[in-house]
Amino acid sequence: MRRLLNVRPRGGGRLLLGLLPLLAVALLYLGASTARHIENPRDKILPTPAAMVVAMIDMAKVDPMTGRVPLFEDTGASLRRLTVALVIATSITLVFGLALGLLPIVRAGFGPLVAAIAVIPPIAVLPILFIVFGLGETAKITLIVFGVTPFMVRDLAAHVTAIPEEQIVKAQSLGASTWQTALQVALPQALPRLIDSVRLSLGPAWVFLISAEAIAADVGLGYRIFLVRRYLAMDIILPYVAWISLLAVIMDLLLVQVSRRAFRWAHPLRDR
Amino acid sequence: MAQVLTMPPRPAALLSFEEVWVEYGDKVVLERVSLQIAPQSFVSIVGPSGAGKSTFLRLITGQEQPTRGRVLMDGAPACDEPGPERGVVFQRYSVFPHLSALDNVAFGLNCAGSPLLGRLFGARRRAVREEAAAMLEAVGLQDAREIYPSQMSGGMQQRLAIAQALVRHPRVLLLDEPFGALDPGIRLDMHELILGLWQRHTLTILMVTHDIKEAFKLGTRVLAFDKRRRDPQAPHRYGATAVYDFLLDRKSPLGVLSEMEAVQDIVGIAPSFDVPL
Repeated sequence: MRRLLNVRPRGGGRLLLGLLPLLAVALLYLGASTARHIENPRDKILPTPAAMVVAMIDMAKVDPMTGRVPLFEDTGASLRRLTVALVIATSITLVFGLALGLLPIVRAGFGPLVAAIAVIPPIAVLPILFIVFGLGETAKITLIVFGVTPFMVRDLAAHVTAIPEEQIVKAQSLGASTWQTALQVALPQALPRLIDSVRLSLGPAWVFLISAEAIAADVGLGYRIFLVRRYLAMDIILPYVAWISLLAVIMDLLLVQVSRRAFRWAHPLRDR
Repeated sequence: MAQVLTMPPRPAALLSFEEVWVEYGDKVVLERVSLQIAPQSFVSIVGPSGAGKSTFLRLITGQEQPTRGRVLMDGAPACDEPGPERGVVFQRYSVFPHLSALDNVAFGLNCAGSPLLGRLFGARRRAVREEAAAMLEAVGLQDAREIYPSQMSGGMQQRLAIAQALVRHPRVLLLDEPFGALDPGIRLDMHELILGLWQRHTLTILMVTHDIKEAFKLGTRVLAFDKRRRDPQAPHRYGATAVYDFLLDRKSPLGVLSEMEAVQDIVGIAPSFDVPL
């Protein structure tokens, strides 16, 4: 008998293994939902799949009151906030992460500050952001930036610091200045890591987005979920949660593809 | 003869060490190192682990500053940080993983040609790529231009590292155990390569190695580093220095053999006899 740690599922078997738990969860839900509906046909807590589809079709229709489609409106608003925040966070990270990682003088000066900011719970800062920036888009975007940037900066700085000293000395011995070393040695090697860092930050970014939208917003995926909670509208909440997860997975896959295409050298196993 | 007369007078020593000490806190690494390195010599540096061989090399690259004394290049202090007149090849991590072989070699030329971007365009880019390609050919990597270091063997990576260092025409080439991680067969090829390049480019080479046979085979001069004095109570209080300095006369292999035995006693390791003299 082979050791358990040497049993490697492949191909179809692997796919089946991955699908089984998902199917089990779905069946479990169906069973529980059916049981509740036998007891009370108007149950709202565990809606049937059919009810969820009907509710989502309603959400994807033009609302006669506003002339807008709630699902698209919410998705657009949330993705816009998320994207703007991630672009800002990534830009800050690129500059500060590189400088912190490459220049001992910057590390000595700003390392403690970044470490101190990183331990502040971002949600605790949300009231300050609402007071300072009002209830508009700025506060929500700032919360996401504030929440993910310290982690990303420290992650990137650690990665740049870990570039072997030999490489940095070699670059200088080839005549590279500090600027050229940053631009041609540290930056290209930092970029794949930066993408990984964005991927890891997607989860927290969604958390901060939905928190901000739950507290003060008039459109957005998080706003909608917390709005319909008042009516126990699980037939909208559950599909919305699934939709958010799907969006997160798609963003993650896109980032992986970008990294593979743009930084072939960082993924040597796939090249040959 | 006329050409010789028009050449500028060559200084007697390319590198000189004047009473150099290196200390970390109360730990003395090198003590009273006084040496002259002549241009176009091939200096092998051997010694037991922890005898300051690498520290000695780092003094020249500029990674290390002497606590006392001076390191001079062409009679002037020039080694306070790494620079293009001192090329280096380390045992590992010498090449840039994100650049193809050709771009690795072109790196130094790009840096020289474009201070702002480190990247050239048009005719200058073509010229640089041609020069880099010629250098790759000189180290036998003409068929590996477009591949990345992660796709290369250890020997190829060291060839690439050497080509990369030579493209800036350094006054002195510093090798820190460059062949230490390579198979014996590959090592022999590398010996041939480095000797050929040394002669063709009239280089000055300083090479740290663990392999005494290699040191004597390649070097025109062998330096052995070790501690002159030992304090059993506080071994860190005495540093190492060049305890043995031998200019090789290639014509008398018997003399070399006895010298090798002398060095072996100092270094305390048997030379590996798989390398033919």
